[in-house]
Amino acid sequence: MTFNVDFMAWRKIALIVSSVLVLVSISSLVFKELNYGLDFTGGSLVELSYPEPADLNSIRSTLKAAGYDGAQVANFGSNQEVLIKLPGSLSDTLGAEIVAVLKNDLSGSDIDLRRIEYVGPQIGDELRDDGGLAMILALAFMMLYIAFRFQSMFAGAAVAALVHDVIVVLGIFSLFGLDFDLTVLAALLAVIGYSLNDTIVVSDRIRENLRSEIESSTTELINISLNQTLGRTIITSLTTLLVLFSLYLMGGELIKNFALALIFGVVVGTYSSIYIASNALIMMGLSKDHLKVEDTENPDPYDLP
Amino acid sequence: MKRYGIWKYVLIISVLCVGIIYALPNLYAPDPAVQVSYNSSSQSPDANLVNRIETILADGNSETRIEASDDYVLIRTTSSDDQLKVKSALSNNLGGDVIVALNLAPTTPQWLSNLGAEPMKLGLDLRGGVHFLMEVDTAAAIKNRQNGTLQDIKRRLREEKIRYSGAFVEDDLSISVKFQNEKVFNEAKDFLDDNYSQFLGSPDSKEPLMISLVLAELEIDQIKSDAIDQNLTTLRNRVNELGVSEPIVQRQGKTRIVVQLPGIQDTAEAKKILGKTATLEFHLEAQLDTPRTRKTNYPFKGQTGPGAELQDAVILGGDQVATAQASFDENGLPQVNITLDGQGGGRMHRATRGSIGKRLGVLFVEQKTRTKYEIDDSGQKVPVLETYEIKEIISLATIRAALGTTFRITGLDSPSESSELALLLRAGALAAPMRFVEERTVGPSLGADNIDAGILSMQLGMAMVLLFILVYYRVFGIAASLALSFNIILLIAVMSILSATLTLPGIAGIVLTVGMAVDANVLIFSRIREELAKGRKPLDAIDAGYDRAFLTIWDANFTTLIVAIVLYSLGTGAIKGFSITLSIGIITSMFTAIMGTRAFINIIYGNKKDLSRLSI
Repeated sequence: MTFNVDFMAWRKIALIVSSVLVLVSISSLVFKELNYGLDFTGGSLVELSYPEPADLNSIRSTLKAAGYDGAQVANFGSNQEVLIKLPGSLSDTLGAEIVAVLKNDLSGSDIDLRRIEYVGPQIGDELRDDGGLAMILALAFMMLYIAFRFQSMFAGAAVAALVHDVIVVLGIFSLFGLDFDLTVLAALLAVIGYSLNDTIVVSDRIRENLRSEIESSTTELINISLNQTLGRTIITSLTTLLVLFSLYLMGGELIKNFALALIFGVVVGTYSSIYIASNALIMMGLSKDHLKVEDTENPDPYDLP
Repeated sequence: MKRYGIWKYVLIISVLCVGIIYALPNLYAPDPAVQVSYNSSSQSPDANLVNRIETILADGNSETRIEASDDYVLIRTTSSDDQLKVKSALSNNLGGDVIVALNLAPTTPQWLSNLGAEPMKLGLDLRGGVHFLMEVDTAAAIKNRQNGTLQDIKRRLREEKIRYSGAFVEDDLSISVKFQNEKVFNEAKDFLDDNYSQFLGSPDSKEPLMISLVLAELEIDQIKSDAIDQNLTTLRNRVNELGVSEPIVQRQGKTRIVVQLPGIQDTAEAKKILGKTATLEFHLEAQLDTPRTRKTNYPFKGQTGPGAELQDAVILGGDQVATAQASFDENGLPQVNITLDGQGGGRMHRATRGSIGKRLGVLFVEQKTRTKYEIDDSGQKVPVLETYEIKEIISLATIRAALGTTFRITGLDSPSESSELALLLRAGALAAPMRFVEERTVGPSLGADNIDAGILSMQLGMAMVLLFILVYYRVFGIAASLALSFNIILLIAVMSILSATLTLPGIAGIVLTVGMAVDANVLIFSRIREELAKGRKPLDAIDAGYDRAFLTIWDANFTTLIVAIVLYSLGTGAIKGFSITLSIGIITSMFTAIMGTRAFINIIYGNKKDLSRLSI
């Protein structure tokens, strides 16, 4: 595949699109917040499997009659699976109590207990802190490595792209009220890894071309680099998306949001390595001078940092 | 084209062979099994035990196979229904001297086991079970310790005839001792400085004539750490009493303990035994002349009616009970043998030598939590977690002689009473109370579904990716497909060798690796195509493609590895499982995608010097 797309002609529009995306995401995160899952809010959760399609209303009324007022009852995956959530509950025995109540109920003798979870309130806060810390640390370490291997402008560009990706994926989760649990946090960190992968591949080519003999403007050279790597970018994104869709469709309910976060992440990450990272490089004023090869004895550009 | 040294082929083939051998055990599905072992860990299973098991199972119609090892007798069954039947038959009929537990017995063939090849462990989300996270109340441990030290200081000051006017543990957990005048104060200060050097003893500025004993930071850390270690040991004993195969009891972070009990289905029972957040206190019985402010009435455990009065001074706590064992005395009557640690023995001796003929009470202190509703400022009902204690007497026995490190409690009514008391004494040996901060129970049906879903998504993902690269890269696609399959085998082999635990997020990590591992080959092949387009000869193009793509692959993978390592070090549970497979996958994929495909390509094209085009 050879491409000749004038990516950089669209860079102003891309900048506007990205700014809008980031702004919408941030406002959604501020005003609507994330729909934190049990891992972060603390509380209890019970998943049950009924032999026949479950009657949610009768479950609700049974629970209400037994005094569990705040219980949220919903189907999970199929109409035989029921998920009961009690956010903010502070008792570690609540889940077992609910199972007992429902099993005692006339229609509930054949219920299969799928899982019970209880997460104490302090755990959630810690997870959020640790998750944030993990993200900042990951970004910091990578910035250092890229600055060491490439040049500090590339580090800045890569981080700009990653921050963009994380904010937009978080924004999507917030905007659509998708459950944000521990697996989604892991997915988000994997998005950082994936998007970085992409950005590095592109940056690598930009560096190579800037050091080459071709006499053109930085913008032109970046455009050439993007076209040269476009085939690879598309194919890798495609294979990754293939497995992600198979995870999303077959991996079961617990993995769905994980796969979804990564699907968004791969799409946004691919876009960001084309537009955010490259745009940032241009805006920071990267030029051939920044990558001058000082060691003239060793002209092979591939062996140089 | 560069020649590919013979040693590289040898290396690749050896790695592949080792990978296949160590990944192989994962193909053999484990048998649902029941394991039986003796209560005391020193006793190995004998022919007698096997006979008893055979007799019990003889009239059942479950198909079983019995194997004895050094640690336990294993009864393999063919279905999980049979497994449960066998378990209940055995636990109902075998008696109290054995522990009956569910197990998943690997069916690894002997020749593989001989090579040390074992299957990966499955996480709780894949095999069902309970996961608990408990918070240890380390402040309580320090308070306990300080109370003990306070008693000690009081006693020794009395022995030294140094009169103090008051001594107590402050809210900030320091010990304050007050004196009447300067002379005694100075005497005491010298004495305390000499004998209690672990404290940063300093005359308190708030009050003259008061000595404040503040624990050094290091000492506090030590007490906390000891408390957690002690609780870990106790929990391990309790878990053993539950009878679980392959339980995990581990410290997590500074003040937490994680307990994982695979295969447990009766979670209420598990919680009851683990959640007995109990400690013990040994007290002397109050006498008629004991002032009312220094004694308290406690009920007897499991009984209503009047209790007994015990002195408030604690002789020692449950953390100083080393063991407690039910047995029989010379006359065949039930008794409990107790062994204390050295310090506990000393304290017990000092406390009891002057009290022969009086009675020694053992208090069982249970820490429980309940939710209370309070009205907050905005008038809303908010739940508040409240901890409270229940203190009950489990034993009140007459002291016949001064007690030391080992002593026994006799006069018990039945063997069941003695074993119950021994259990309580052992179980009570918690240095600090704990409470549950996280609990996850996965039913066995969900576990099985998760495995199926995981495997199915892996197969589907793999099939789609393989198909795509075969169509897109043709001969080079074959190389990449082989490398990808090789990569999965290696990944599973490495996980098995490291005895890493496979979880659902772990499977997701493997699936993601499948998608991303192709990237290295895509990079190389794109380069080769580019070089061909530039007009290079095919074999030169291959060389150039591999060379030029290498650094890019290295940089891209290395940075992803950084992310995975950060994830691993900061994450818990789900995140850890994911990051392990991701990091291993990154490393193995570098090997297979670069070296593996190169070797294959060289075999196909290496000898065709006049090659005019590549199938790429």
